[in-house]
Amino acid sequence: MKRWLYPALLLAALLGIWQLAASSGFLADVLGVEEFLVPSPAEIASSLWDNRSVLLDNAWVTLQEIGLGLACSIVVGLLFAVAMNLSEAVRLATYPLVIASQAIPIIVIAPILIIWFGFGLAPKVVVIALICFFPITVATLDGLRSVDPAAIKLMRTLYASRRQIFWRVEAPTALPSFFSGAKIAAAVAPIGAVFAEWVASNEGLGRLILDYNANYRVDDMFAATLVLAAIAIGFFALLALAERRVVTWR
Amino acid sequence: MNVSIGGLAHSYGELRTIERLDLSVEAHGVVGLVGPSGCGKSTLLELICGLLEPSEGTVSVGPAATAPGRLAECAYMPQRDQLLPWYSAIDNAAIALRNRGVGREQARAEAATLFERFGLVGFERTPPQELSGGMRQRVAFLRTLVSGKPVLALDEPFAALDAITRAEMQEWLAGALRSDPRTVVLVTHDVEEALYLADRVAVLSARPARIVAELRAPDPRAADRDAAITDPAFVAAREEALRALHGGSR
Repeated sequence: MKRWLYPALLLAALLGIWQLAASSGFLADVLGVEEFLVPSPAEIASSLWDNRSVLLDNAWVTLQEIGLGLACSIVVGLLFAVAMNLSEAVRLATYPLVIASQAIPIIVIAPILIIWFGFGLAPKVVVIALICFFPITVATLDGLRSVDPAAIKLMRTLYASRRQIFWRVEAPTALPSFFSGAKIAAAVAPIGAVFAEWVASNEGLGRLILDYNANYRVDDMFAATLVLAAIAIGFFALLALAERRVVTWR
Repeated sequence: MNVSIGGLAHSYGELRTIERLDLSVEAHGVVGLVGPSGCGKSTLLELICGLLEPSEGTVSVGPAATAPGRLAECAYMPQRDQLLPWYSAIDNAAIALRNRGVGREQARAEAATLFERFGLVGFERTPPQELSGGMRQRVAFLRTLVSGKPVLALDEPFAALDAITRAEMQEWLAGALRSDPRTVVLVTHDVEEALYLADRVAVLSARPARIVAELRAPDPRAADRDAAITDPAFVAAREEALRALHGGSR
């Protein structure tokens, strides 16, 4: 009960203050801008309702991008982590590259990917996967390496093959870490989606936000951003749920 | 199956852990190894189990003198029980059978007969994290028995338990070995535990480990532990072992 009540009370209080500050014109005065540039929660809510069909259409595009991007990043991230755990040579060789892949700003990579992969879904998925595989790889690798060496010695004396040690000891040990990485990935995936859409797209929530921005439709920007956040929270919740179903021993 | 060690020496890089060590354990014999912390007792067990090859000298288990050969004959019980929290107690105990390709139900059925014999009935499906410390050690020991291997290498199996539970577990293990004799190498830092459970006790020096004294236990694995450990012969043997231990670490 308290788990829901406390955050709900805080949220209601914040929204109430915001509503008062925005509708009274106080916020606009402080910021020194026109009142229509500082929407109140009520105005954002009505924008959500008024634009529901255009928001839903574009949300569906972004949802697909994020879903596919996350799926790819999970596959690639797991492959990297397992390969890096199996072979020291692979780990030493690839770790600097994995880190470098995150050091290059995505805003620099995105246009190149658009040139290579065209205007469709593919470059967006690649951009998202590029951002998201990193936390998954690093967290899963940490999980795999946290296995107690004594557990592996024990398993070796109990007839376990390399493959059995992986599936029965290492993989379950690393599962909670993998989920931590995947949840971080879900939270940052929308950043990739928005950047990729800004570079080249005529649909998606990122594109929509840019259009609204060009027209000073701040209330509609807030509405679209809210939907984007909801998508991220949705994927996060889905992963948290999967974690609870799979990692039953914690 | 007997264990025989001749002229054994082992180093990790520059660090000499074992020096010119000779030891033999007859089939179904129990030898206790006591020594100061960090003296190389665990390394000795890993050498016996075939998890390591020695730098010098020979280690053979029955006819097997190579590491893979010894690995096939020895089961290892590490200091911490290393029960896997994603498996139930019985699936942990049966893991050696599963590793050998036995089906889940058949493996459980085979382990269940041991659960009956060793007082664990009713705990088959309990996850290890819900078992008491003593129960966990029992399951861990049954896991080595279920492997069917002739030689058991026990590395301070009861070190993590409180004194009362440890005494109970020693009595329990003595009973288990009376009814299901195996060749056992028991590493412990507890002289009393070694003298009660083993036929012979070898006292090791500080690193690099060598044997400074060998004692015959007066009444190994007696049914009445309290009577056995207060017997004058036992008390004298314990004093002798402690003197050797303290002389050896000086």
